[in-house]
Amino acid sequence: MTLLDFARGPAMQFAIFIFVFGIVFRLVGVWAMRHKRDLSEPRQPSAWKGGIHGLIQHAWPYKPFRDKLMTDYVIGYVIHLGLLFVIFFYKPHILFFQDIFGFGWPALPNGVITAISIITIGALVIALVKRLTDPVRRLISNFDDYFTWFVTTLPFVTGLATAGNVWWHYETGLAIHLLSVWLLLIYFPFGKLMHAFWFGVSRYTTGSRFARRGGMA
Amino acid sequence: MKEQELTLGEELRRQGISRRSFLKFCAAVASSMAIPASMVPAMAESLAKARRQSVIWMSYQECTGCIESLTRSYTPTLESMLFNFISLDYQHALQAAAGRQAEDALHQAMEDNWGEYLVIADGSIPLKDDGVYSTVDGHTNLESIKEVAEGAAAIIAIGTCAAYGGVGAAKPNPTGAVGVDQIITDKPILNVPGCPPMPEVMTGVLTSYLAFGRLPDVDSKKRPLAFFGDTIHDRCYRRPYYDLGLYAKSFDDEGARKGWCLYELGCKGPITYNACATTKWNQGTSWPVQSGHGCIGCSEPNFWDKDSFYKPLSAGQWGSAEGIAIAAAAGVAAGAAAAVVSRKHQDNLAGGNKS
Repeated sequence: MTLLDFARGPAMQFAIFIFVFGIVFRLVGVWAMRHKRDLSEPRQPSAWKGGIHGLIQHAWPYKPFRDKLMTDYVIGYVIHLGLLFVIFFYKPHILFFQDIFGFGWPALPNGVITAISIITIGALVIALVKRLTDPVRRLISNFDDYFTWFVTTLPFVTGLATAGNVWWHYETGLAIHLLSVWLLLIYFPFGKLMHAFWFGVSRYTTGSRFARRGGMA
Repeated sequence: MKEQELTLGEELRRQGISRRSFLKFCAAVASSMAIPASMVPAMAESLAKARRQSVIWMSYQECTGCIESLTRSYTPTLESMLFNFISLDYQHALQAAAGRQAEDALHQAMEDNWGEYLVIADGSIPLKDDGVYSTVDGHTNLESIKEVAEGAAAIIAIGTCAAYGGVGAAKPNPTGAVGVDQIITDKPILNVPGCPPMPEVMTGVLTSYLAFGRLPDVDSKKRPLAFFGDTIHDRCYRRPYYDLGLYAKSFDDEGARKGWCLYELGCKGPITYNACATTKWNQGTSWPVQSGHGCIGCSEPNFWDKDSFYKPLSAGQWGSAEGIAIAAAAGVAAGAAAAVVSRKHQDNLAGGNKS
């Protein structure tokens, strides 16, 4: 069995198994915990509106903090949109999903995907530099932060190298790229990447609780 | 004077072949092997001094497709190879002799050229049950390859079967088939894979061996770099469409008619090393991708078992959805167990007051 056969077969199946197991484990594990009752009198009847407001409100920096946080927000958007476009609109990736789900969708030209990848890697590097150079951020960063950055960046770098065929062997590069994606999937449920699932929940919960008490999200 | 005692130069002059024609032949071979033009005179000189090479062609678990392919070579043609450069002393499909005569010819050639003859093998060699699944003249292929390899100067494994086991070794590999280099480990071995291999690659390798007296430089899979240095994808004339993200979605759609990339239809060009895209087949007429079908990766080990020929390369070998269901169920169970532990912890923190 070659490295590529391993990456396309057993490694992929194992990674997806761990990914699904981990995600369900985390979701059930948290949602099945006891949830603290809010004994206060609701200040307004429709607290859920505050939850929705919270989801929207936190998608952009609050005005007083805008000067300080705008760069971080923009970098965050570049990274996340980059992930979205590269994962879901690169033809070989679409063919991967099509094989699983049975349907596909239009792709972006490879050159556009390459440009997006380069910009995204740049944004990831800036994010890391900011984390390392800001004393407060460095203080509150732990292994999880850096490893999350690593497993997110690695598939971009290996994928770009594979698409550009800069490896000594294309198939080895493709195998390394696939393995880097499986590493991301395996780590996903157990680290900060899980925010992909939690961010909506936490923003909604915060917004609705504040609203119930008469505050704003 | 015996034919094999004449140098190739003397033999060619005897046949009235001019030096100009000979140089043109050398230039054609050098070009196909990416040898610099400046090397052509040296190659010609070396080739002219060489003597006709004794070649013993052993056929094992094979379909005769490799020798059929070799007969389609045009630079040089098989005839010119046979009449001018090599003495093909044993080959089942081409030789006139049969039965005992043929086997005697084999042993005579081995005896006369001990340590100097070149062995070409095609077909895989079965190992299971002591190799009883393929025999010639009462001897298993395993016994045969060991016997002829002993006195060989070098071995060329022609075709994917001889190189890596090929279709014979495809799952479930009922005969325990393997390639030559898994049996013979003490001789120089060159693999020329392909199903079938390209004729010009076979004749080019032979000519190179005659000219330089050694096997050409190889890659990690013992394939000559001159022919297997690039992937089909790298040299494919449809590559620009891949870069633009333009793919044929079926074999007869508009994209297919416009010559768009066949990646989506399962082309294995990106992971296949061979010279099809540059040398082409049938005197440079065409090649599979030009004819509208994706590369099936026939020069790569285990290509039969690498999933469907029509499945895109980026698609995984998914198996079934059962694994997902089991993973989700296990996740629910583990999550619930974790929640029970957490609830106890929450209760302890709350001093027994369940909120």
